[in-house]
Amino acid sequence: MNPFFHIGRYFMLMFRVFSRPQKVSIYWRQIIHEINSIGISSLPIIAIISIFMGGIITIQAAFGFTSPLVPLYAVGFTTRESIMLEFSPTVVCLILAGKVGSNIASEIGAMRITEQIDALDIMGINSAGYLIFPKIAASIIIFPFLIALSMFLGIWGGYAMGVSSGATTEYQYVFGIQAFFEPWKLYYSFTKVLVFAFIITSVSSYYGYYTTGGALEVGKSSTSAVVYSSILILLFSLILTNLFFQR
Amino acid sequence: MIELRNINKTFGDRHVVKDVSFKFQEGKTNLIIGESGCGKTTIMKLMVGLHEVDSGDVIFDGANFPKLDRKEKQEIRKKIGMLFQGGALFDSQTLEENVSFPLDMFTELSKAEKQDRVNFCLQRVKLEGKNKLYPAELSGGMKKRAALARAMANNPRYLFCDEPNSGLDPKTSIIIDELISDITQEYNITTIVITHDMNSVIEIGQNIMFVHKGENWWTGDKTEILGTKNKELFDFVFASEFMKSFFKKD
Repeated sequence: MNPFFHIGRYFMLMFRVFSRPQKVSIYWRQIIHEINSIGISSLPIIAIISIFMGGIITIQAAFGFTSPLVPLYAVGFTTRESIMLEFSPTVVCLILAGKVGSNIASEIGAMRITEQIDALDIMGINSAGYLIFPKIAASIIIFPFLIALSMFLGIWGGYAMGVSSGATTEYQYVFGIQAFFEPWKLYYSFTKVLVFAFIITSVSSYYGYYTTGGALEVGKSSTSAVVYSSILILLFSLILTNLFFQR
Repeated sequence: MIELRNINKTFGDRHVVKDVSFKFQEGKTNLIIGESGCGKTTIMKLMVGLHEVDSGDVIFDGANFPKLDRKEKQEIRKKIGMLFQGGALFDSQTLEENVSFPLDMFTELSKAEKQDRVNFCLQRVKLEGKNKLYPAELSGGMKKRAALARAMANNPRYLFCDEPNSGLDPKTSIIIDELISDITQEYNITTIVITHDMNSVIEIGQNIMFVHKGENWWTGDKTEILGTKNKELFDFVFASEFMKSFFKKD
């Protein structure tokens, strides 16, 4: 189908999503529910992946830095930069696109094919706003916390595995993760996270909301949601990197 | 009062609803009947705005529904209760939360008042004590009754029922039909029921439109339908051996 059709329909849906809520208290309740559903339930996978990736990056960096010209603290520095700039904001968000995005698309898609969304519309409720706005708001609230946790655990994982395997020393690693720290890079990382949180929830909701047919189509919507969210995450990662890293 | 005036709808090159006009009687059980695929559900979806009409008018109390803006449509929809074919209960909510949902969204009732209303509605559809069950824990008939309780929670003026007894056993079907009929009379609701079940037609049909190939083919009531000379309607009504042996005198 024509991509302009999807882009136009996506923006029209977003216009409905961000129209004035019918009852703010109900939306708040939904946002709290979604924070739990989207955020808290993602904690275990984020923790496991971050710890292991931190360890892997540290060990690989230590293995690669054989030249005596490279200082020993470069291992900690490399781990911090990799985790803070790319792994936590981008790779973890790609993982969340798979977990959260498919969940959102299939949940809303199933509601569509079982006429639950029609039921909301007939009651006079703005179904797009009621279903999608709390998910977007919840993800924008909770994703920065998840990614901050991922950064912390990634760097901690690098320390634990790097030191225990002998790839680096405690002093060199701790010195490395503090070396040449530039706070604006955190703004860059968290700007990316906010953009990606919006992309994951809105694109997945879009595919779920416009599901037609049956169970097979719900599966297809879920797949499309993950694929297009991931592509958009990479595209916007490139755009934001170009914007932030201009000399 | 609801009235259809020359409504048309096409999907691609298929002309599904052809110039249909009909007046639904206030405070009565109005039936839209016809074979599967004749356009009954499409007509209902056009009436409540789930599909857009290509041409024609859908009049709710003098207002032409398709021509209204979104806010005005929402105001009319607040007066509508709808029972979907599959129930369309919200999976993530208990029965109590499902029934309470329209009250939460549109009323300023206190928690206790809402609870009273929920209990009353559940009692009315004979589901008292099932408040904390989830839709997945209900049988087909219970889901339909729960959906009916949700549809009536906010005192609707219009009740739309899309094949309310499809997939139900004859006994449960009769219970659902009786509930719809009783609720219509007790609360003076204008009810529109889509069905192809002849038992329902004979039980509750006060004002009937027979749809054939997307057209309004015949209108009348349950007594007139049994004496029809209209060939297509006759074939539809007396399709089963039971109907033939029970109602055909000659």
